[in-house]
Order: sequence, then structure tokens, then C-alpha cells
Amino acid sequence: MTPPAATRTFVVTNPQGLHARPADLLAKLAQQYPCRIEIIHGSERIDARSIINMLTLGAVEGTELRFEATGPDAEVALDAIGGLFASNFGE
Amino acid sequence: MKFADFICYPAIIPKLSANTKESVIREMSSALQAAGKFPLGELDSINKAIMKREELGSTGIGRGVAVPHSKHPSVAKLVGTVALSPSGIDFESLDGEKVQLLFLLVSPPDRPGDHLRALENISRLLRDDTFCTALKNAKSQAEIQELLEKADAQGHH
Repeated sequence: MTPPAATRTFVVTNPQGLHARPADLLAKLAQQYPCRIEIIHGSERIDARSIINMLTLGAVEGTELRFEATGPDAEVALDAIGGLFASNFGE
Repeated sequence: MKFADFICYPAIIPKLSANTKESVIREMSSALQAAGKFPLGELDSINKAIMKREELGSTGIGRGVAVPHSKHPSVAKLVGTVALSPSGIDFESLDGEKVQLLFLLVSPPDRPGDHLRALENISRLLRDDTFCTALKNAKSQAEIQELLEKADAQGHH
């Protein structure tokens, strides 16, 4: 198995949690990059391009999510995702 | 959280007559109103809040499913309903697909966790292809209710 090219852990800090709109923003962002981006939470590992999969995480405020990116632009993609988390998804 | 905790079964619509985003939202919220889930005189305000949320970005989450929703101070607990549109509704979903299955949710402003758990419930159900297809093909209120009760019993969540 290829090791992930980049990994980061981000914490959901907006009070509303990872609801539909942040999930939509995250999925849209993930889709802009050629690398595969996965989110790991507990025993779950999901594709960051899928809103539905992200919503299954039920990530409330304070949840730690581990991101793994594999492929081209892995670091750049996770930087961008980090920016989205830092902005509290604009909320 | 189970579907039975927030889905108002009498307000389920097995075949929507509306065919635009706004009119579908109105048809679903009116069903909840008719079931006594909203205080009188709040329906317009609730519809406006749901449409305002849609303006921030479509709640079409893919797989032919949308979850129009809003917080609203007139409800004391999370309430929702389910509706089907066999011909599909243009909901400006991220994946560009028309929407056949809708969950409308209205939650009190101070309970973001409940709303997230409802979304979690719905999305877990949708990940199950067999269930998702069965729900989209359901023909009656009773059939939809039965499927949701089955999901509750099987613990998709």
C-alpha cells in the first residue's frame, strides 16, 4: 500500500459542527484537487469528495478529523482544507 | 437518534405534486403544519428561513437526495418529514442530478447537535444502496414509514 503523501489533523471549531453547508464546501474543495483525500474518524474512513459520507461522521464542535491525501498536490490540498477549517467554514 | 425521533409519519408525502424547489419546500412544510408540528402563523416565516438557507448553497447532497432545512425559533424540538418525487426536481445539487428523495428538517436554534445527528442518520441510510433504492421506489406513506422503522430496527446508526 502506498503511504499517504500528506496527513493533517483538523478540529471542527464552529458551534454548528460539520453540517450540510461545511460538508458541501469541503467536498467542493476536495474535488478541485487531483489527489485522493480521505477523512478518518474513529473506525470510519471516508472520501472527502462525498457530502453524504462526510455527514455520516456526525462531527460536532470539537471533533478531531484526520485527513490523508495521496497523489499530486497532496500538501497543497490539505493546506487549503486547513484554511477552510481555520475560517470556521465562514460561519 | 432514530428516524422515529424526528420524522412526523403523518406528514410523509409519497408523491409530491409540486415540481420546483420552492413549491416542494412549501408542500412539505405545509404537511408538517397540517400535522400540527408548527404553531399557527409561523409557516411563511419557516418557508422563508428554509429558502434563505438554500441560497447559501443547495442542500442537494447527491444520490438524488436533498435535505432542505433551517433552524426556527417556533419549534421546541427537531421535526421533519420525507417526500418523494418520482420524476425528480431540479435542486441545483453539487452532482447535477435531479432529486427524487427529500428530507425536510426544522430544528430549534439552540440544538445544533440534534440537527447533525439527524443528518448523520439520513446519510447513513443513503449509503446503503438497497435501502436508498427501496425508499425512492416506495409508493405509499405506509411503505415509507415501514422502511424507516426497519432502518431504526436494524440500527443503521
